[in-house]
Amino acid sequence: MILEGNNVAEKGTWTVKKGLAEMLKGGVIMDVTTPEQAKIAEEAGACAVMALERVPADIRAAGGVARMADPNVILRIMDAVTIPVMAKARIGHFVEAQILEALGVDYIDESEVLTPADEVFHINKHEFKVPFVCGARNLGEALRRIGEGAAMIRTKGEPGTGNVVEAVRHMRQVMSEIRMVQHMPKDELMTAAKEMGAPYDLVVQVHELGRLPVVNFAAGGIATPADAALMMQLGCDGIFVGSGIFKSKDPVARAKAIVAATTHFNDPKILAEISKDLGEAMPGIEIATIAAEHRMQERGW
Amino acid sequence: MVIGVLALQGAFIEHQKSLAACGVESIQVRKPEQLDGIQGLIIPGGESTTMGKLMHRFDLFEPIRELGRRGVPIFGTCAGLIMLAKEIAGSDQPRLSLMDIEVERNAFGRQVESFETDLMVPDLGEEPLRAVFIRAPYIKSTGNNVRVMATFDDKIVLARQDNYLVAAFHPELTDDIRLHRYFLNMIK
Repeated sequence: MILEGNNVAEKGTWTVKKGLAEMLKGGVIMDVTTPEQAKIAEEAGACAVMALERVPADIRAAGGVARMADPNVILRIMDAVTIPVMAKARIGHFVEAQILEALGVDYIDESEVLTPADEVFHINKHEFKVPFVCGARNLGEALRRIGEGAAMIRTKGEPGTGNVVEAVRHMRQVMSEIRMVQHMPKDELMTAAKEMGAPYDLVVQVHELGRLPVVNFAAGGIATPADAALMMQLGCDGIFVGSGIFKSKDPVARAKAIVAATTHFNDPKILAEISKDLGEAMPGIEIATIAAEHRMQERGW
Repeated sequence: MVIGVLALQGAFIEHQKSLAACGVESIQVRKPEQLDGIQGLIIPGGESTTMGKLMHRFDLFEPIRELGRRGVPIFGTCAGLIMLAKEIAGSDQPRLSLMDIEVERNAFGRQVESFETDLMVPDLGEEPLRAVFIRAPYIKSTGNNVRVMATFDDKIVLARQDNYLVAAFHPELTDDIRLHRYFLNMIK
């Protein structure tokens, strides 16, 4: 019996790039800065980790220019865990992205948490075999990133604040715009595309699907299990936690609780149980106290 | 007929869509009591370590093993395949240990090595099956009672043992519902 097919393995296709994000759904992706933290995250049930030199709260505190992490930091984290490892490149810095692809990371986050390298253009993500995730605050921005090749979207929120309000604003914005586009008559879609600054074919896809054509996570300010469940109930597919875990008093307990809350987001009894005795959350920042030029969400075009 | 889809983490909604395309009702399973009254269970793709932690924390291991021992068909894709295996090379992560297979995790490499291809699956007819492999495992070795249904590059990627069916790839990510139909036919 012949069992072999034509044996051609097509790598880096859109299905394959989008596919990994599909597998991360309902899960929590945690920022880590050392192999030890990566192991804690994996042990707590993270579905992936984001390898960084500093978590957003420390980047915010340090100021200056934030860049891609040292390849050694990333490689040591890749060696420490079996779950997927993501890493961040600066907006528009396609050479940092080339380096991250060469290192073999599983996903690149073209991220506003780092200092942008280009104030006009994002990376042409179609050029890469490795998939990209990008931040967005509204539907137009999400569709522009997808148009450039992002295979996964996340809200921007306001990173490093432990304050979920901006993530909520951005998720509500994206969801409400999706509902609007979904219920528009077809002849209004081109003008909607023009007004949002979004590619027309992607607006048509949103109209037909009633959702983004790629996986949509929440990020930027999630600090508690209730925050994670809130974002899931608002309609996201999964959760990024940046500073929220390793800037809290008891990272192990908090990480486990946020993972469980993302699975049982619709079950308040379980949420009550897993929210007990987690110790102090990370210190939060009121958004109004952050000067406009220090708001990371404004970065990206 | 109602099929349960384990919904702890991963691509469970895609399996529900494939089942709906077969005209079959499905429910999401996150707690043991949700296993009552289902005629089959799908364990989807996702992260096997994450699923293992959550299955342990929410007491799902023993009820699912019991389901399997009673002969209820269980279909595992990618992470689901890993969960059903007795042996996982180089890992002591928790598993259901229901199927006589040894699996290698992330066996084709990291994400940049993920791929799609046409698989010949004689059980599904002459038309090749488009198969999407995402950081996929494969089956290194099988017990005598395991039937190999497809290979890629000499590696076992689809197999069946009694009421258990496992795929290293993701039939839920394509529109081809033949493998889901095959699974549904395993239900008496």
